[in-house]
Amino acid sequence: MDKTPEQINQDLLRPIYHASWRFYASVAVLAALVLAAFYAWGYQMYHGLGVSGLNRPVYWGFYITNFVFWIGISHAGTLISAILRVSNATWRRPVTRCAEAITVFSLSIAAMFPLIHLGRPWLFFWLIPYPSERGIWPQFRSPLLWDFFAINTYLTGSVIFLLLPSFPDFALIRDRSNGWRKKIYSIVSLGWRGEPKQWHRLEMAMRIMAVAIIPVAVSVHTIVSWDFAMAPVPGWHSTIFGPYFVAGAIFSGIAALIIAMALLRKLLHLEEYLKPLHFENLGKLLLVMSLLWFYFVFAERLTTWYGNFPSEMSVFWSTQLGRFSPLFWTMVFCNFIIPAPILAIKSLRSKIGWTVVAAVPIVIGMWLERFLIIVPALSHKYLPYAYGTYRPTWVEITITIGTFAGMGLLYLIFSRVFPIISIWELKLGMQRKAEAAPELASQEAATEQP
Amino acid sequence: MGHRWGMVIDEDRCTGCEACVVACHAENNIATAGDKEAARGRVKHWIRIERYYEGDFPDVKVKFRPVLCQQCDAAPCEPVCPTYASYHNPEGLNAQIYNRCIGTRYCGNACPYTVRFFNFFNPVWDKPLNLQLNPDVSERSVGIMEKCTFCIERIKAAEIKAQAEKRELRDGQFNPACVQSCPTGAMVFGDLNDPASRVSRLSRSDRGTKLLAELGTYPKVTYLKRGAWHNGQNA
Repeated sequence: MDKTPEQINQDLLRPIYHASWRFYASVAVLAALVLAAFYAWGYQMYHGLGVSGLNRPVYWGFYITNFVFWIGISHAGTLISAILRVSNATWRRPVTRCAEAITVFSLSIAAMFPLIHLGRPWLFFWLIPYPSERGIWPQFRSPLLWDFFAINTYLTGSVIFLLLPSFPDFALIRDRSNGWRKKIYSIVSLGWRGEPKQWHRLEMAMRIMAVAIIPVAVSVHTIVSWDFAMAPVPGWHSTIFGPYFVAGAIFSGIAALIIAMALLRKLLHLEEYLKPLHFENLGKLLLVMSLLWFYFVFAERLTTWYGNFPSEMSVFWSTQLGRFSPLFWTMVFCNFIIPAPILAIKSLRSKIGWTVVAAVPIVIGMWLERFLIIVPALSHKYLPYAYGTYRPTWVEITITIGTFAGMGLLYLIFSRVFPIISIWELKLGMQRKAEAAPELASQEAATEQP
Repeated sequence: MGHRWGMVIDEDRCTGCEACVVACHAENNIATAGDKEAARGRVKHWIRIERYYEGDFPDVKVKFRPVLCQQCDAAPCEPVCPTYASYHNPEGLNAQIYNRCIGTRYCGNACPYTVRFFNFFNPVWDKPLNLQLNPDVSERSVGIMEKCTFCIERIKAAEIKAQAEKRELRDGQFNPACVQSCPTGAMVFGDLNDPASRVSRLSRSDRGTKLLAELGTYPKVTYLKRGAWHNGQNA
C-alpha cells in the first residue's frame, strides 16, 4: 500500500462526513422492512403464538432456526478476527473491524429470537437469577439457561472487542471534526490522547481479549447445540452436535463476512484497501470449513444409518428421500457442491466475484441446515400417531425477512459512524513494514502477495 | 410413606370409545380448538386414543392405545424448563405450574410421548360448553404449556377429606375423570406405594409393559399388552 497516512484518513473517513442519496434510500427501505417485522411481532404478541405456523409436535420452527443461524453468523467476526490476531496474520488488518461488527449485530438479532418465540415474552426476565417474591431461582439444569448466560457473555465480550480498537479512530475523527460531531466523538473516544501508556494498555487489552474471546465463542455455539442435543429427540440427541455447530457457525460466518466485505468495497469505494488477496485468504478458510462441514454431515448421517434405530430412521429418511429431501439436497448443493470446487480452483478463488458466488449459497445452505436440524426431528418423534408437519405463516416470514433487513440497516448505519477499516491498525502495519529490515519486508510482501 | 400415584391401562379392554377423552375435557376445562385449528395441529387432548391398524384389508385388526402423560420418574420434560414450571411434585407427579411458565415449549419438545400442550390462543369454548366449566380447575391463558395432572384436584380433595376424617385414603375411593368414565374398566388408578392396591398388583402383571421403556423415563403408567387369546380368536 503506497498511500500516505493523510490519504488513508481521507479515504476511510469519507463515509463519516458524506452520504449519498443512495444511503438514505437504502436506510428507508430497510427500516420499512424492520418496522414490518416489529408489526408482525406485535400482532403475534396481541393474538398469541397461534398466528405462527407452530403446532404440536413442531413447537420450534422459523424462530429457533433464525436464532441458531444468526448466532452462527456472529462467529464470523469475533472468532475470525481473534484467530487472525492471535496468529498475527498481517493481512488481517483491513478485515477485522468489518468482522467484529458483524458479530455484534448478528448476535443482537439472534438474542431477540428466544424472546420472539416465547409464549409469554413479557416474562423473559424470569431467566435472570435475582431474589424475587416468587422465591425460586431459575433451573440451572436447563440448557436454555446456559444459553442465556453464554449469549450475554459473548455479547458483552464482542462489544468490548469491537470498541477497544475503535478508540484511537474515534479520537482521530474528534481531532478532525467541528461542532456536534466533535462533541460526540470526544465523549466516545474516552479521552484518548495517543500517549505511549495508552497505546501500551490498548495493545495489552487486545492481546488478552483476542485470546479470551475464542473459548467464549466456541462455548456459545456448543451450548446452542446442546439446546438440541440434551433433549431425547431422535436426530437431536447426538454427541457430535457441539463441534458440528461450531464448525457450521464459523463456516456461515466467513461466508457472511465475504459478502459484507464485497458490498462495502463497492459501496464505499474501498477497492484499494479490501484487495483480492483478502478475499482469497478468506476463501481458503471457507474451503477448509466447507470440507469440514461436509465431513460432519457425512459422519452424522452415516452413524445414524448404521445405528438403524427406528425412531431415528424415520427422521433420516424424511430428510434423505422424503418430504424434506428437496431442502436437504439443496443444502448439500449450496454448502458443498457449488462452493468447494470454486474455492479449490486458484484462478477462481483469487477473483472477488467468484468468492461471492461461493459465499452466497453457503449463507442460504446454512440457514437450511438449521431448519433441517430442528423441524424434521420434531415432526417425527417416537410415536407415529403424533407425527406432524410445519408450514410457516406470514408472521414468521415477515419477521425472518425483517431480521435480514435489520442486519443490513445496522451495518449501514455502522459504516457511517465507525471507520469500517481500523485506520490506526492499517497505518501501524505500514509503519512496521517500513521500519523492518529490508529482507523482512520482502518476506512479508511475499506472504501478502502470492 | 407418601403416595406414588400410578395407572394401569389394559389394552385388551380398551374399545377406543373415547369416553375418557370427553371426560378429561369436561373435568379439566380443556379448551376446544375448532376444526381449522385442529387441522393445524393445535388440538388439546390430555388423553388421546392412538389407533393403529395391523394387516391388509379385509383382514385388518385395529389396536387402540390411550396415551396420556406417563408421569415419568425420570421425566425429560423437567430438567429442561428454565423456570421450574415443569417440576416433580412430592407424590411423584410431573406437575406443571402454570403461572411459572413463560412458554419456551422446550418441555413439549423433550417429551417423547408428545403429551404436553401449548396454548396457542386464549381458551374459548363453543356454547354451551362455556356453562359447564369445572370450578376446581384453573383456566390456562395463552402462551403456556398444560398437560395431564392425573386430576390432581381430585387427589387433593380426597386427601384433605381423609385428613379431616382422620383416616387413611382407601384404594379406589376416588379416580381421575378418565378412569371413572371408562365403560369397560380398562383403566385402573391408585397408589403404587401400597403393595396391596389394585394398581400395584396389576402393574406387576406379566402382561405389563411401559411405553417407550427403552428411553429410560420410568413411566408410572403400565400398559397391559394384549393376551395371546386375541390372536387365536381372529386367526
